Amino acid sequence: MTQFLQLASDGFALGCVYALVALGFAVVYRASQVINFAQGAMLLVGAYLVSLFAAYAGLPFWLAVILAVAILAASGVLFQMLVLRRTLGQPLFTIVMITIGLSIAVTAGVDAVFGPNQRLLGDPWGASRFHVGRVVFTWVEVWGVISAFVLLAAFFVFDRYSRYGLAMRAAAADPEAALAVGVPVRRVHALAWGIAGAVATIGGVFLAGFPNSPNPQLGDAALLAFPAIILGGLGSPVGAVVGGIIIGIVQVLTSGYEPGWTGNNFYEVAPYIVMIAVLLAKPYGLFGTRPAERL
Amino acid sequence: MSLLRVQDLALRFGEVTAFEDVSFEVGEGELLAVIGPNGAGKTSLFNALSRVYRPTAGIMWLGDHDLRSLRASQLAGIGVARTFQNLGLFAHLSVLENVLIGRHHLMRAGTLRAGLWWGFAAREERLHRGKAMEALELVGISQLAARPVQTLPYGLQKRVELARALTMEPRLLLLDEPVAGLGAGERSEMTDLVRQVHARGLTILLVEHDMGMVMQVAQRVLVLDYGRVIACGSPAEVQGDEQVVRAYLGQELAGPRAAG
Repeated sequence: MTQFLQLASDGFALGCVYALVALGFAVVYRASQVINFAQGAMLLVGAYLVSLFAAYAGLPFWLAVILAVAILAASGVLFQMLVLRRTLGQPLFTIVMITIGLSIAVTAGVDAVFGPNQRLLGDPWGASRFHVGRVVFTWVEVWGVISAFVLLAAFFVFDRYSRYGLAMRAAAADPEAALAVGVPVRRVHALAWGIAGAVATIGGVFLAGFPNSPNPQLGDAALLAFPAIILGGLGSPVGAVVGGIIIGIVQVLTSGYEPGWTGNNFYEVAPYIVMIAVLLAKPYGLFGTRPAERL
Repeated sequence: MSLLRVQDLALRFGEVTAFEDVSFEVGEGELLAVIGPNGAGKTSLFNALSRVYRPTAGIMWLGDHDLRSLRASQLAGIGVARTFQNLGLFAHLSVLENVLIGRHHLMRAGTLRAGLWWGFAAREERLHRGKAMEALELVGISQLAARPVQTLPYGLQKRVELARALTMEPRLLLLDEPVAGLGAGERSEMTDLVRQVHARGLTILLVEHDMGMVMQVAQRVLVLDYGRVIACGSPAEVQGDEQVVRAYLGQELAGPRAAG
């Protein structure tokens, strides 16, 4: 029982971080129907910047995080303004390919600048932990969950009450009509990319926390947010959160209870199996919108 | 004083001229209809006015705003609203959301304000929701507000679009074939709606194929043929114009096609 609770709580904590990463995907998809394959690369850069500022430049951790978030948000906006705005009206496929290219270039760049070794994150929590009963919680986990919830709540308020929430969905559905009703489509897209950069950084910080550390493979870990958004329903922030948490729990539980006959590292496959199973029952994901058929 | 002034406007795509030397004015509170045979340049003119295309030459002013210097998304802010010939609705949104988005340019709560002071944002959101409902009531479909817009029949979707344009609180309403694709009953209802909206003092520029409708609602009619203005005057004058009759030869011109 203790083992189950331990795994479930670890899984939940990991899932909350996945939810943040998945939210980054969901925001860009919601605003432009583009699946941003560079989300993992943004996360990687975010984690490395925090590491650079906090562990190597000696800035306080909170300041390092704020700086990294600001830089990534600005880079997201700039990328949209300098590169993607030229692609408005191009097939979505073109834009998706650009994000894949960006991802490859950025990941290679991080490798070239910082080398392949693990680095220090520079966070104040390290491996510190506490017990509730016999279940162990690390402080990184706890702060990860808190940050995820604060950011997700902030996003939902933004989505529901700011004028850009509705504008994003309109811009994705029909850019030309959105322009005609006064929605500055490019600015809305830039905003989505800025938000994606900011949440990627926070996700990166907690993915790189104990027992992990900033390393070039972090971006791949972010790919696990991918089954999360698919099973949650593309473009649905609620789906991103629920999907992220499900994937985190599934992954940690399978790694804890891995039966011998599945071979090693079955936990890396399990999330995708869950995703496929969900899609068989609900082809648009748990919270996805099914396009209405016209007869 | 005219609200909309267009002078020597031209639009060319390479060697192809969509229209040229188009000049006209629309007075405050007037309803001007633009008609012409297929391919006469009506929709191109409409798209130039709504800044989907950039005119090649000429000037166009709305009050003291130079329309050429504005981007499409800025037109809403100076009071231009438009509808689309083939609908420009947002498929996954509800009817109410489709109308509410028309108030984007009137809303103030941006990212920061919604994040830090969401009491303000929530109050503002309620206010605009109310305005959007009023527009839906005006076009007679407020009971459908919560429905996904794509589940509505075409005729009602056209009304959603009209409601959205109205809720933008425009000074100039551009209507692109509002009765195209509608059945006879829907046509006369939409015609009544346009007349009602006009009666409230709104200035309207209407592009329409349906002569019956045009003759019922328009105060002045501008006739395009092969991208040029061939006549401009009251419905009666235009109907009697020899050049217009020739342009429309073989087409039903005089009799109202829409029932009623």
